[in-house]
Amino acid sequence: MEPLERYRPIIDDFEDFLAACRRPLGNAVRVNTIKASVDRALATLEAEGLAYEQADWNPRVLDLETDSPGSTWASFHGFTHGQEEVSAVPPVVLDPEPGERVWDCCAAPGGKATQIAALMDDRGTVVANDNNLGRISALRFNAERLGATSLAVTNADARNYSLQRFDFDEFDRTLVDAPCSCEGTIRKNPDALDNWSEGHISSVAGIQKGIIRRAIQATREGGTVVYSTCTFAPEENEAVVQHALEAEDCRVVDFDLGLEHAPGLTEWDGETFDSSLEKAARIYPHHNDTGGFFVAKLEVTA
Amino acid sequence: MSDNDGQRFDRLPATEAERDVEGRATREEVVDYFADRFGIPSETFDDYTFWEKGAGKIWVYGGEASTPLEIEAIGMTCLRTRQEHWKPTTDFVQRFGRAATDCVIDLEPAEARRFAAGEDQEIERWDGDWGYLIAAHDVGVGPTDQPGGDGELVDRGEREPIGVGLYVHGELRSMVPKGRQRDLES
Ligand SMILES: C[S@@+](CC[C@H](N)C(=O)[O-])C[C@H]1O[C@@H](n2cnc3c(N)ncnc32)[C@H](O)[C@@H]1O
Repeated sequence: MEPLERYRPIIDDFEDFLAACRRPLGNAVRVNTIKASVDRALATLEAEGLAYEQADWNPRVLDLETDSPGSTWASFHGFTHGQEEVSAVPPVVLDPEPGERVWDCCAAPGGKATQIAALMDDRGTVVANDNNLGRISALRFNAERLGATSLAVTNADARNYSLQRFDFDEFDRTLVDAPCSCEGTIRKNPDALDNWSEGHISSVAGIQKGIIRRAIQATREGGTVVYSTCTFAPEENEAVVQHALEAEDCRVVDFDLGLEHAPGLTEWDGETFDSSLEKAARIYPHHNDTGGFFVAKLEVTA
Repeated sequence: MSDNDGQRFDRLPATEAERDVEGRATREEVVDYFADRFGIPSETFDDYTFWEKGAGKIWVYGGEASTPLEIEAIGMTCLRTRQEHWKPTTDFVQRFGRAATDCVIDLEPAEARRFAAGEDQEIERWDGDWGYLIAAHDVGVGPTDQPGGDGELVDRGEREPIGVGLYVHGELRSMVPKGRQRDLES
């Protein structure tokens, strides 16, 4: 928990925050509407004698009472997919529509890519990319189990991604669910902070900046880019979006979020950020009893 | 006729007349196979394209792409061709098999559990075709909404495909791939 001390000045109720970080997380699953309606998935769970609670902000997100959420009929049929509650936020903010072209540039193991496909009624094109071939096999397994037929899977570095392999040359929407220092997953992985260092943060931030820039370039004017991480470090969040604002044609826009959250920061460690960064969301573990997340929504302006 | 390049995705030719790769299935043959064997209406696939990568592995895809294509995956694998008896995948029948009317074997709860665990079992009652079948069971039938119970029967207790089985000589062999097999409790 030591590394998290640096956030004491920016997090309200810091002791509650620390206490929440020490509590393990429950089992969250997302209903995969490609294969079953929410009603049918719930009926299947009920028939198996499994208790669940639906999230207030999203009826497709369930807190499931079981030790083995992967060994249920609902999961076997691909009606449910294990996915942390906050991890279901970025696709909802991306808000894709059926028939669109969407790029999930850091997609493995595919929780969000398949959620994007589901939000599009599995119609359109979801390009799910990752640079890690090992993680791509997990992505492919999940895509097939969940029946996502709109997914095209590529293995490339998002920072210099080429669209030449496709017939089209820009996307309507892009999700950058960036590799990060993962501080916000501490409740799920108690050793998440073991290799923490400021040096690591600044090297991931460099990668994140490269990815977000390419994402904006590959998205059409008027299109949407959502940037998310599961970490608290402002160097990997607001500072990355600030970099994108300076280097590319885009602006930060508002979005509704039915979860309690804090606004994005406008300053950190002597650096100031554009005031529009207040429109970003910082979701802390003590807010809604979840993991931690950062989400910003951008509109591409040229 | 050229040879199949197993490293890339090639879109299936619409019909025999357009085939230019030796032994490649056509879209027409694939759609007809699903209709003839399982009664899945051809229109089900109107918005989908079919592709081959690897020897005989067919993929079904709903998005945009140009042929040929060198990427990791498009849509899902649906069928194994280039062999005497074509074999659908478990993930395909879970995704599209609800529309099937033929060659579907309904399993009792205990049978369904064994099937999901990957076990072979004797099932004498089947009097349909031998070969690849869709194994299905009823899901969402809880104690309160079983027929005869006092719950409402809304869209529940509907048949749901579990996977592909091979039926020969009174035995149903589960074709559920290892990584998809599960020990289920109910
Ligand atoms: C936070 S994870 C993505 C989780 C995924 N969106 C999901 O919901 O299942 C970040 C991913 O980015 C990938 N990655 C890291 N650097 C990358 C790069 N330069 N280009 C593309 N992907 C990259 C990692 O392999 C990792 O799978």
